Amino acid sequence: MNQQAVESNNDSKMTFDIKAVRKSFPILDQNVNGKPLIYLDNAASAQKPDTVIQSISDYYCHDNSNVHRGAHTLGDRATAAFEGARETVRRFINAASTKEIIWTGGTTEAINLVASGLTASLKADDEIIVSRMEHHANIVPWQMLAERTGAILKVIEINEAGELQEGAFDKLLTERTKIVAVTQVSNVLGTINPVKEIIDKAKAAGAITLIDGAQAVPHFLVDVQALDCDYFVFSSHKLFGPTGIGVLYGKEDRLNALPPYQGGGEMIERVTFEKTTYNELPYKFEAGTPPISEAIGLAKAIDYFTVFDRQSIELHENNLLNYANSMVSDVPGMRIIGTAASKVPVMSFMIDGLHPSDIGTLLDQQGIAIRTGHHCAMPLMDFYGLPGTARASFAFYNTQSEVEKLFECLQKIQRLFT
Amino acid sequence: MTIDKHTQFTQNDFGGSINTDEILDTFEFLEDWEERYAYIIDLGKKLPEFPESEKVEANYVHGCQSQVWLIHYLDKASGKLYLLIDSDALIVRGLAAIVLAAMNAKSPNELLAVNVEEIFEKMDLIRHVSATRGNGLRSMVKKVQVIAEQLI
Repeated sequence: MNQQAVESNNDSKMTFDIKAVRKSFPILDQNVNGKPLIYLDNAASAQKPDTVIQSISDYYCHDNSNVHRGAHTLGDRATAAFEGARETVRRFINAASTKEIIWTGGTTEAINLVASGLTASLKADDEIIVSRMEHHANIVPWQMLAERTGAILKVIEINEAGELQEGAFDKLLTERTKIVAVTQVSNVLGTINPVKEIIDKAKAAGAITLIDGAQAVPHFLVDVQALDCDYFVFSSHKLFGPTGIGVLYGKEDRLNALPPYQGGGEMIERVTFEKTTYNELPYKFEAGTPPISEAIGLAKAIDYFTVFDRQSIELHENNLLNYANSMVSDVPGMRIIGTAASKVPVMSFMIDGLHPSDIGTLLDQQGIAIRTGHHCAMPLMDFYGLPGTARASFAFYNTQSEVEKLFECLQKIQRLFT
Repeated sequence: MTIDKHTQFTQNDFGGSINTDEILDTFEFLEDWEERYAYIIDLGKKLPEFPESEKVEANYVHGCQSQVWLIHYLDKASGKLYLLIDSDALIVRGLAAIVLAAMNAKSPNELLAVNVEEIFEKMDLIRHVSATRGNGLRSMVKKVQVIAEQLI
């Protein structure tokens, strides 16, 4: 089915068949601690379909070469595949041009690139707005920028349900606001934020907007032109692609206005000891040999993932979350952290009498992989007064019976160990 | 403080009747993961009381997930080092109890001769001590060893 999946075009979407989908993810078919693996740590890193794995192997078996050198056939093939991957990403998020697609090491590096590049644009008392539910990757680079420039970091607070407080952003947004950097989806709570509304308001106030899309793109389609944000960032490995690569989308004029991030090969036009001129977009921001096989793998992941009818995937994921929610009351002392009205299938939870790390260890004994801890969102943990949470995060290859098994195991843990 | 430090640290059975040999003997007969973890958690429940007033930054063992505190007391008369450990996680408390059974109430030299990794290896719990698991157990053991080294 994979060959078929890769070759089918976007006009004829494939019906979503969970059994066939699971067969495409070889890692899922194994026992862990003597039990069939149930992988519910997708928000940390998602698994890879065989087409992605095969594409990386094929690249190294047949085409491996450096890109943009043009002296031989392998180099031409590698370049074509690599630049083809950029076009796949462009189409995936509907950017206007491949010049706006910059390869980075991941979401974190993408945000650091922008924060670093905006140093000269900020002065003392300018303001940067983030939200309470940001991942550290969308807090610390801005804090560092604030330290460099004397700018001030402002925080959109949230309510108990884990939604941005009504009206809180409006109160923070002033003529001093220069940057608004918010996540589209919370990695801990699953909350989907109304980023379109935030972008529109920020834009009207003259602020630059950056949207952290790392947790959004695995769950729903994003159109960066419709959002009209200045920057949009995400990682490959959470989107069923390889680790080590991510994407910075930036509007062309914004990217042209940013200085280069790192110096080296690829990003230059001409180098003399007196003066170096820089390459054009997107290469200006891609110093050194880029992650070639990773880009090819990411494109395959997008190909895989976009052949399915989106609505049927979203429906399946919603069903998983609703099913999970319906069983919470069967586990005495269990409560959900993050009960926003609009959520992706991410379930953070606590069970009275157990530390999240206890839950993680005991589920692992039963073959179930979840994440426990502060999830790189300590300010959010402080808000809830929690040392961390246990988090089950679902992907489209998870099944209802896996959700059932999770709750069976949680009941058992609660019964035996509290 | 209502009770004196000596009593607080020494009035427990860790390193005495609760010792590594006894734990290993019991553990050998446990058949499945439920029994093993129930036993580990029960061991944690036997940990001597850790004074709340000592749960301060200076006594905090930096691990990744659960919070761990550790304090010590050298009994000058016997030359033995006594430890108190606490955590907010049940399993980490249990693992701390295994550490305490192996290392408590020994002279610093005797303590440094204890191979904790070997014990966890025998119990098939070695991944809890490995660097990849951020539960603080590794740093807990390291901290005890540093304390002992400083007292020699």
